Amino acid sequence: MAVKKYEAGVKEYRQTYWAPEYVPLDSDILACFKITPQPGVDREEAAAAVAAESSTGTWTTVWTDLLTDMDYYKGRSYRIEDVPGDDSSFYAFIAYPIDLFEEGSVVNVFTSLVGNVFGFKAVRALRLEDVRFPLAYVKTCNGPPHGIQVERDKMNKYGRPMLGCTIKPKLGLSAKNYGRAVYECLRGGLDFTKDDENVNSQPFMRWRDRFLFVADAIHTAEAETGERKGHYLNVTAPSPEEMYERAEFAKELNMPIIMHDFLTGGFCANTGLARWCRKSGTLLHIHRAMHAVVDRNPHHGIHFRVLVKALRLSGGDHLHTGTVVGKLEGDRASTQGWVDLLRESFVPEDRSRGIFFDQDWGSMPGVFAVASGGIHVWHMPSLLAIFGDDAVFQFGGGTLGHPWGNAAGAAANRVALEACVEARNEGRDLEREGKDILTNAAKDSPELKIALETWKEIKFEFDTVDKLDVVNR
Amino acid sequence: MADIQDYNSTPKYETFSYLPAMGPEKMRRQIAYLVNQGWNPGIEHVEPERASTYYWYMWKLPMFGEQSVDTVIAELEACHRAHPDHHVRLIGYDNYSQSQGSAFVVFRGR
Repeated sequence: MAVKKYEAGVKEYRQTYWAPEYVPLDSDILACFKITPQPGVDREEAAAAVAAESSTGTWTTVWTDLLTDMDYYKGRSYRIEDVPGDDSSFYAFIAYPIDLFEEGSVVNVFTSLVGNVFGFKAVRALRLEDVRFPLAYVKTCNGPPHGIQVERDKMNKYGRPMLGCTIKPKLGLSAKNYGRAVYECLRGGLDFTKDDENVNSQPFMRWRDRFLFVADAIHTAEAETGERKGHYLNVTAPSPEEMYERAEFAKELNMPIIMHDFLTGGFCANTGLARWCRKSGTLLHIHRAMHAVVDRNPHHGIHFRVLVKALRLSGGDHLHTGTVVGKLEGDRASTQGWVDLLRESFVPEDRSRGIFFDQDWGSMPGVFAVASGGIHVWHMPSLLAIFGDDAVFQFGGGTLGHPWGNAAGAAANRVALEACVEARNEGRDLEREGKDILTNAAKDSPELKIALETWKEIKFEFDTVDKLDVVNR
Repeated sequence: MADIQDYNSTPKYETFSYLPAMGPEKMRRQIAYLVNQGWNPGIEHVEPERASTYYWYMWKLPMFGEQSVDTVIAELEACHRAHPDHHVRLIGYDNYSQSQGSAFVVFRGR
């Protein structure tokens, strides 16, 4: 056994935390950071500093280091790579021993990986690009309460994506008028409607009143159409106690699905709620307010694909992923990368889609991708081509803005969706023949015909701010 | 108001029930898709008033490994002849996802 002696003072981080010879273990948690160092700080020292500050390190040597086996517990930076087309930053790969983290705790992992280190002086900016969770860790997490297959079985929806709609105006409706809007959407052919994320329990509509009227709307629409329906009842609340109170009431009303905002609500609340949902047989829709604050800057923050992994571990049956085609930020290859991370059981490393590590999810259930925001019937062919069946397409304005009202808007979307699924199954190219498919389906659906005339072929073609760093530009 | 049409909801039965009833050619293409996905065809039927239940009557057993579209159509037609007033649906059992890859009504009941 090597003998170590205590020497007070400040050592270079690289002496302890830069380990290019290290071969990561299958059980290590691996992270890829994009580091923009301060001028004068070399890459190896910056990478080692990040490894140290996100694991066992402190700025100076302390005698108590010698009371433990630091070689067992320390994080190590084991590789550095150029960022294509960007000389100001580089990728650092860091391996963390699994025993640095509490089992089943997304909270604990992120407290370390994106904690103090993000304010660390030696780096000017820092971005967590990807994390490989070893299967040994994945198995300690509860994950999605039900997952894609169980949700399909419970809701009785097969062979197609599901349709949703966020009720608007997002704030200000009374509970009874709100329930009317829900009922109209569901009877027209949508599978789900959704509380806007801002709807919690405001003076104009308290949560209990909303839940009661929405329950009536769902039961009536189900009786009329013979199909199973749901509304994402938002239980995001000021405190966990109130969150569970709302969830319990939704369960009492036999509601199939509730909703939570996992970033503003927090990982602790989300993990607890996901466990409650598994126990209660309630599906869990997850919104992602605040994500753009942390994931949009290409040099600082946390990439959305990491938030996706955090959510799948913490638990949720649906997660918003962006649409690629709508009005919000997104890049097709990158989006399809994190959609795979949500739904597949094994996702291989693929830099062309921004995926830095193989990720094995084992038996952890998959999560439905939710495409929502600025989309309407004309987007249907592309949405189906991009997302496939295991997704929910949410048309807010694209349902409620129909000139004949919500029910007609819902029917138009449902006809468009089914026509696209039918065409895809027949082997037709959705994106090339989309217009033909939709106009042909409109011959039997006056609701779709008007919808196609109302929205025409609008496209949103703003350039994305955060592009994948795959080619020199 | 004169140019706004009223929307009447009517009983539906999930995938493809918002499209006009499929003719034989379209039906054939959908069955071919289902078989090509590697799914196992299964047939179920039910009285229309009981259509919203999870479990319909199973027609014989699922046709495990069946590749012939003609054979599937022949069974669908046999089921329809035996129960002309019932909804008849085709299911594609996906034994990897342990769920149904697809399910849609082929003959609409009365």
